[in-house]
Amino acid sequence: MTDLKKEWPLFEVFIRSKHGVSHVHAGSVHAADSTMAMENARDVYTRRSEGSSIWVIPSSEITASAPSAKAALFEPSDDKVYRHPTFYEVPDDLEVL
Amino acid sequence: MDVHHEDKDMRARFDAYVADEGKVEPKDWMPDGYRKTLVRQISQHAHSEIIGMQPEGNWISRAPSLRRKMILIAKVQDEAGHGLYLYSAAETLGVTRDEMDEALLSGKAKYSSIFNYPTLNWADAVIIGWLVDGAAITNQIPLCRCSFGPYGRAMVRVCKEEAFHQRQGYEGMMVLAKGTPEQKAMAQDALNRWWWPAIKMFGPPDSDSPHSDQNTLWKIKRFSNDELRQKYLDMVVKQANALGLTIPDPDLKFDEDTGHWVSGPMDWDEFWAVVKGNGPCNRQRMKHRQKAHDDGLWVREAAVAFAEKQAKRNNQQKAA
Repeated sequence: MTDLKKEWPLFEVFIRSKHGVSHVHAGSVHAADSTMAMENARDVYTRRSEGSSIWVIPSSEITASAPSAKAALFEPSDDKVYRHPTFYEVPDDLEVL
Repeated sequence: MDVHHEDKDMRARFDAYVADEGKVEPKDWMPDGYRKTLVRQISQHAHSEIIGMQPEGNWISRAPSLRRKMILIAKVQDEAGHGLYLYSAAETLGVTRDEMDEALLSGKAKYSSIFNYPTLNWADAVIIGWLVDGAAITNQIPLCRCSFGPYGRAMVRVCKEEAFHQRQGYEGMMVLAKGTPEQKAMAQDALNRWWWPAIKMFGPPDSDSPHSDQNTLWKIKRFSNDELRQKYLDMVVKQANALGLTIPDPDLKFDEDTGHWVSGPMDWDEFWAVVKGNGPCNRQRMKHRQKAHDDGLWVREAAVAFAEKQAKRNNQQKAA
């Protein structure tokens, strides 16, 4: 007996709008497999020439950082202002630098 | 540790963050009430898009020209797309597509009552674009800034596409309103039937709306029902005038002091009767949705069987 409740797996969709820019997350689609996910992503997210390339990946395959890890991951860079060019003082009247 | 106390702190921090226009993403901590109200609102919004395909889909095979047929097919396809963007946004909150489908089919979840009115003739098919999509845009533009990221992002896409829906509808009405006396009469008749349901799309008056206050604090709702209705009324009166059509409200008047149009009394008993399932098409809409769901079962099963077969074959080829 088939499980009537069994829904197709979820895929995340990333679209490159044109060559020269990165793929950007657009949303998700359900599909039986990656071929169908590609077709569905095309129909759902690129009806108005929004894409020149599509990536689909099963949502379950994505490893995401936890919101609780935000401080541990990103705060260490907050006090490293010397990584930015504005940290350095150079004469204003310098014509080239 | 006092867990309850901890929750209260989290809640206070969340409320302050959102009040300060902070955006919330799916994995962030959020109060249960916030999650619940968003699942309810986003899924019902998605259901409205899906059920909303029916009244216009009804006219695809009988559109008056090939041009109109192409436009209508594209529009109905967009509505399906809008439903899918929204289901996708709701799923980030932990609800599954199956649960949402089940809620719609069992009648537990509602959809916009506007789709429980019939499209009796071609004028009805185009007046939906003008009046119904016009109201939807008024409602959805502030939702682009919703505190919940995925909902706001879905609304940005939807609003871009709704602009086409509204313009094609207004153009379609213009053709009728500037056409033969019979065509103009058809346009006026459609306006007579759709006017009140359209301005009631913004929901009950503020004095009688159960969800507004908390949703306003959480930056889900930016304007009250009555404020949105006022914006809409001021726009749509001008649009009707440009068509040379008469809004079927004998009490409609312009208030010189406020610079706004004032509508006559709205029949909220009729509104609640439709919400509760007794509109002209509630049963027909649900029956059709159920049939589409049932008829699609073999397709869903066959797709899974095919995917499994392909995966097995690929594995065998790899092993060989």
